[in-house]
Amino acid sequence: MTGKTITEKILSDHSGEDVRAGDYVEARVDEMIGHDVTGPLAIDAFEDVTGEDRELAAPDSTVFTIDHHAPADGVKAANNHNIVRAFAEKYGAHQYEINDGICHQVMIEEGFVEPGDLVVGADSHSTTYGGLGAFGTGVGSTDLGTTFATGELWFRVPETIRFEVHGDLPKGVYAKDLILKFIGDVGFDGATYKTAEYAGSAIADLPIHQRLVLANMAIEMGGKAGIVEPDDRVVDYLEHQADLEVSIDPDLASDDDATYEAVHSYEGADLEPQVAKPSNPENAVGVDDVVGIDVDQVFVGTCTNGRYEDIRVVADALEGEQVAPGTRLIVVPASGAVYEKCLETGVLEALVAAGATFQSAGCGPCAGYHQGVLGDDDVCLATANRNFPGREGSMDSRVYLASPATAAATALYGEITDPREIETERYDDHATADLGVVR
Amino acid sequence: MSLDEPGRAWVFGDDIDTDQITPSRFIVSTDPEELATHAFNDLRPEFSANVSEGEFLVAGENFGGGSSREHAPLSLIGAGVDGVVAQSFARIFFRNAINLGLPVMICPDADRIDDGDEISLDLDAGVVHNHETDEAYDAEPLPPFLQELVDEGGLKPYTKRKLGTAD
Ligand code: SF4
Repeated sequence: MTGKTITEKILSDHSGEDVRAGDYVEARVDEMIGHDVTGPLAIDAFEDVTGEDRELAAPDSTVFTIDHHAPADGVKAANNHNIVRAFAEKYGAHQYEINDGICHQVMIEEGFVEPGDLVVGADSHSTTYGGLGAFGTGVGSTDLGTTFATGELWFRVPETIRFEVHGDLPKGVYAKDLILKFIGDVGFDGATYKTAEYAGSAIADLPIHQRLVLANMAIEMGGKAGIVEPDDRVVDYLEHQADLEVSIDPDLASDDDATYEAVHSYEGADLEPQVAKPSNPENAVGVDDVVGIDVDQVFVGTCTNGRYEDIRVVADALEGEQVAPGTRLIVVPASGAVYEKCLETGVLEALVAAGATFQSAGCGPCAGYHQGVLGDDDVCLATANRNFPGREGSMDSRVYLASPATAAATALYGEITDPREIETERYDDHATADLGVVR
Repeated sequence: MSLDEPGRAWVFGDDIDTDQITPSRFIVSTDPEELATHAFNDLRPEFSANVSEGEFLVAGENFGGGSSREHAPLSLIGAGVDGVVAQSFARIFFRNAINLGLPVMICPDADRIDDGDEISLDLDAGVVHNHETDEAYDAEPLPPFLQELVDEGGLKPYTKRKLGTAD
């Protein structure tokens, strides 16, 4: 028999069976997460299935965040927050507050996730954990609630599509540009039910905060998971970021003779900054195609690109400059720790001086709930992951997706601008270093 | 299971994502009936007022992409929709529907159904009947594990049996 993919290895390990793509398994789950939108329904499911004797299967691995409507934007949201708080307190689960940040960032910063783990979240971007070499996947609330009760869940072992990038990435090209390119090439449903595995020397060179971007947006091609093979960078990152000592099983990598459904190969040198046009992430084009389009709003944030390194790229570009007149720049840090780091390093000050609106940590306007919702005919360039019709507000608004560097250049000129046009010395550092959060 | 009572088909196109099924601003509720009043709120505002019990949803490729919100299939259950037929489904929506016991069928010929056609579903035989045109379309059979889950009524009854909490 041929070798296994990392996906097949993780699901074999967690089910106690020797499984391959296409098999159905019930597997032990290491961490489970819900938030203020999906949590209440999961709580209902948990209470329904457990009957009289209610106990979490693994309280220490059960996590709730309050991030989507944080702080509450209305009475219903506030009540949902209270449901989550009361449940976590009653059953001893971990619960994070309105200023702690987006679920996926919190899970990583707080050191819940280790390479090789199986993580489920009632949030589609739970694929993010693959940036650390874990198998993370988004599930529904019924899945999550029953997993709270049993610590296990059913899975179909997915096939794997491999994306390889070799060589070095040119200046101004980030993980965000890679993932938009991949999604553009395979389409919005190109990896449905599959794992997207990212490999090659250019990927191995990426710092963790960039690998998380690749894993995060696997769902935008329908992926069940997105995984970068873990290495020493992950070990260092977890040690510095989360005070966590991990060692990586040398066998935790796809075997050379593993079976892939497809392999897409790229030369780093051929790549350029990408922008996904409205209203689907698969509408990725080279930035040249959209340069000059006027934007009303630039939004920097989300579980894709709201990390300190992302926000600092924007602050560097805007330092001593002003956001273009007629353009609103909204910056929302992905976590409270990112917020603090921005405060401590002068990034927040530089952005505010440049005319940005800097908001409290959380999802912000990403899903159109609050704090920067778009009106009719508004055009926005966002560092987010989705630009579906109406995603960030009006059905008649238009959203372009791009990297933080492209967002910075666009905020400066008020129209979509090639990030390679502006000189920011630290661009290259940002592409290679994890700058970390406050601890 | 057989949903052999014919019902109106509400036909949608390709890539209908969960933001279009249940726009984000309405998912502060978890009540299926309330969610139903906002189903397809922006995309097809007349849907929620006019859909009735026993009707069906028909869609093209990749129905239900995007967010993991269970509010999307829940809003359809609340609206009384008896089943969803699509040429293909996004993964989490498909999973959520099965977990919740909402019948879903993958049917490559779903595009032969016009809005307003009367259709019925035979889940056991894997066939969609179009009573307007008198055609029958094959649907892909569910893998045995999922069929078991569906037969049991979804993930909650399945888990209750596992935990021994079923009444
Ligand atoms: S930032 Fe956006 S995509 Fe990420 S979890 Fe929040 S709403 Fe979802």
